[in-house]
Amino acid sequence: MELISGGDMLVRALHESGVEYIYGYPGGSLLHVYDAVYRQSAVKHVLVRHEQAAAHMADGYARATGKAGVVMVTSGPGATNTITGIATAFTDSIPMVIITGQVMSHLIGDDAFQETDMLGVSRPIVKHSFSVTRPEDIPDIVAKAFYIANTGRPGPVVIDIPKDMTMPNERYEYVYPKKVKLRSYTPPQRGHSGQIKKAVELLLAAKRPVIYAGGGVIIDGSSDKLRALVDRLDFPCTNTLMGLGSYPGTGERSLGMLGMHGTYEANVAMHNADVILAVGARFDDRVTNATSKFCPDAKIIHIDIDPSSISKTITADVPIVGPVGAVLDEMTALLDEANEVPDAEAIASWWKQINEWRQRHGGRYEKNESQLMKPQEVIEAMWDATKGDAYVTSDVGQHQMFAAQYYKFDKPNRWINSGGLGTMGFGFPAAMGIKMNFPDEMVVCVTGEGSIQMNIQELSTCLQYGIPVKILCLNNGSLGMVRQWQDMNYEGRHSHSYMESLPDFVKLVEAYGHVGIRVKGRDELPQALEDTFGKYNDRLVFLDVAVDETEHVYPMQVPMGTMRDMWLSKTERT
Amino acid sequence: MRHIISILLENEPGALSRVVGLFAQRGYNIETLTVAPTEDETLSRLTMTTDGDERKIEQITKHLNRLIEVVKLVDLSEGAHIERELMLIKVRAVGAQRAEIKRTADIFRGQVVDVSASVYTIQLTGTSDKLEAFIEAIGESCVLETVRTGVSGIARGEKVLSL
Ligand SMILES: Cc1ncc(C[n+]2csc(CCOP(=O)(O)OP(=O)(O)O)c2C)c(N)n1
Ligand SMILES: [Mg+2]
Repeated sequence: MELISGGDMLVRALHESGVEYIYGYPGGSLLHVYDAVYRQSAVKHVLVRHEQAAAHMADGYARATGKAGVVMVTSGPGATNTITGIATAFTDSIPMVIITGQVMSHLIGDDAFQETDMLGVSRPIVKHSFSVTRPEDIPDIVAKAFYIANTGRPGPVVIDIPKDMTMPNERYEYVYPKKVKLRSYTPPQRGHSGQIKKAVELLLAAKRPVIYAGGGVIIDGSSDKLRALVDRLDFPCTNTLMGLGSYPGTGERSLGMLGMHGTYEANVAMHNADVILAVGARFDDRVTNATSKFCPDAKIIHIDIDPSSISKTITADVPIVGPVGAVLDEMTALLDEANEVPDAEAIASWWKQINEWRQRHGGRYEKNESQLMKPQEVIEAMWDATKGDAYVTSDVGQHQMFAAQYYKFDKPNRWINSGGLGTMGFGFPAAMGIKMNFPDEMVVCVTGEGSIQMNIQELSTCLQYGIPVKILCLNNGSLGMVRQWQDMNYEGRHSHSYMESLPDFVKLVEAYGHVGIRVKGRDELPQALEDTFGKYNDRLVFLDVAVDETEHVYPMQVPMGTMRDMWLSKTERT
Repeated sequence: MRHIISILLENEPGALSRVVGLFAQRGYNIETLTVAPTEDETLSRLTMTTDGDERKIEQITKHLNRLIEVVKLVDLSEGAHIERELMLIKVRAVGAQRAEIKRTADIFRGQVVDVSASVYTIQLTGTSDKLEAFIEAIGESCVLETVRTGVSGIARGEKVLSL
């Protein structure tokens, strides 16, 4: 029988759990583990420049691949630096396993050097957490952590490992469990048949239906099933910010995004709907506007794997707890059996109405006569340059909304953004995590000059590992989204939304060994994009594009109103 | 309405803090809370009383169920159940009051478990309402100290909360 140390066990168990990359940063409590990492080659380690970025890299990896991302950091500040990243993943239900070092067991509670109660600090933002108290438990805990992170409603899981659990000279038998079973955790495998039947009856009787699909569809890998259902029923489909790509953005039945910055047609169609089928979406406040005025005529069918998401903010008429894919399969089977189809006449007139609504705003914006571009046109040009097929990550602000609105995603897992927590600094490291795993794909981080500075140190990591992501910085010289709210609600008093003393980004990225291109006006953009994806294809390129700082994101729902109460431009209200 | 939520919880370090943390984090109120081991040493039994409308209670139970360490959960107030709380209460008992307090304790089936020159310590079991009624009966002014265990409860009849 081979005996190995806790540190070796950890690395081996990660490998056995299917881990390809660890994103991390070493420190005292983890030195035994880092030595174990050094002595093997099955699992690769990526050294970041700040632990927050490790968490976002793992998160980006997870969102694009559907597999749990892995983070490894030392105790104390290493661990606390990951908190924003863990919260980001938790809010968007992203599977992640975070391994944090801890001080020696006998020192816990003594305020030892670099001691932080990581389990306590992270408790509200993890799906679950473990503390290792016996080295021989490590393989079992690792297997459980991945099982919990990946199944049901996914989420981050923390494993806190005191240093003495990994001593090189204390060796134990390594047993990785063949199967993980937890008596207290059994994620649902299918929905309730009676409820699904009721849902199908409602759908067949609907005259003004809308399918409202969210990130749960993508997480469950069920976009194909959603598409098939939407198309066979000929119902309109709108996506949440997290669900973009689950139904093709250029598809004729797509209404685009709904909610605060959703399309006019999506929000008005929701408001007037008689049946809403919510699939893997959670009626977030950025979607519903005032819940008391939400979709007054609609019967609501709600499919979600997490019972606590159902009837939380909006009461469901037909709640269905289960994995999206399994429920959609059962619905499809029932539709096959039914000798009924939806009322074709009603659906046709509903489409006629929707098509009229589509004309009302139609994603319009006014271009400047001068060279100074609007952010929207930059996104459109980027869509053209990448043929709509890039992985696009974003940070948070106006640029994020413009990317969501104007880059039409036809595939799932391609739009990667911090929807729930809204974490500035997310986009760049997330793009890195994706690019490392899809080296042949185009990976673009759409960002702002504010957000990019929150994790800009990772330019160094990109040089070390050769990660040629493209950074498209919509530089409006201000914290644009904050500024927009100040314009709208504070008579234009721009309290601390300026970014004075911005760095010269071109020089900055050059200093890190990459390519920087400044785009001051419209005429320069085509060449810059061509170079970015052409001659600099295998380099990291930072495109610093000047855009109009006065632009606002529209449509925008009027606070406390119904779904259909919107500003369509600075002067036009519905 | 007041609900009694009864939980079988994995007997693991940190499990209780997740339950309590959940209430703090989501702004739910805990009125009473008791935890103790069960006949199965891997499980603890936790009973809590909380207040809220149907919607809130539904959210509370769903969120509790989401915790990995929560093995089973039941809202006892949904069915017939037995509810008990134990109180130890120190009251000032001098002169004629002594007999009066003893009599009241007898009526409530309480027991005097400790006696000193001017103080009775009384033990009383029952529903929370009964304990409150007792305090009212003897008069709040003579109460020196109260210690209550919080509610424990169990379903009536054949129903059992077990694995
Ligand atoms: C970490 C963090 N801090 C603060 C905010 C609040 N916030 C939301 S958008 C925004 C401005 C972002 O500016 P920039 O990145 O330049 O994007 P723009 O809106 O100008 O496109 C701020 C400060 C946030 N979302 N995240
Ligand atoms: Mg900006």
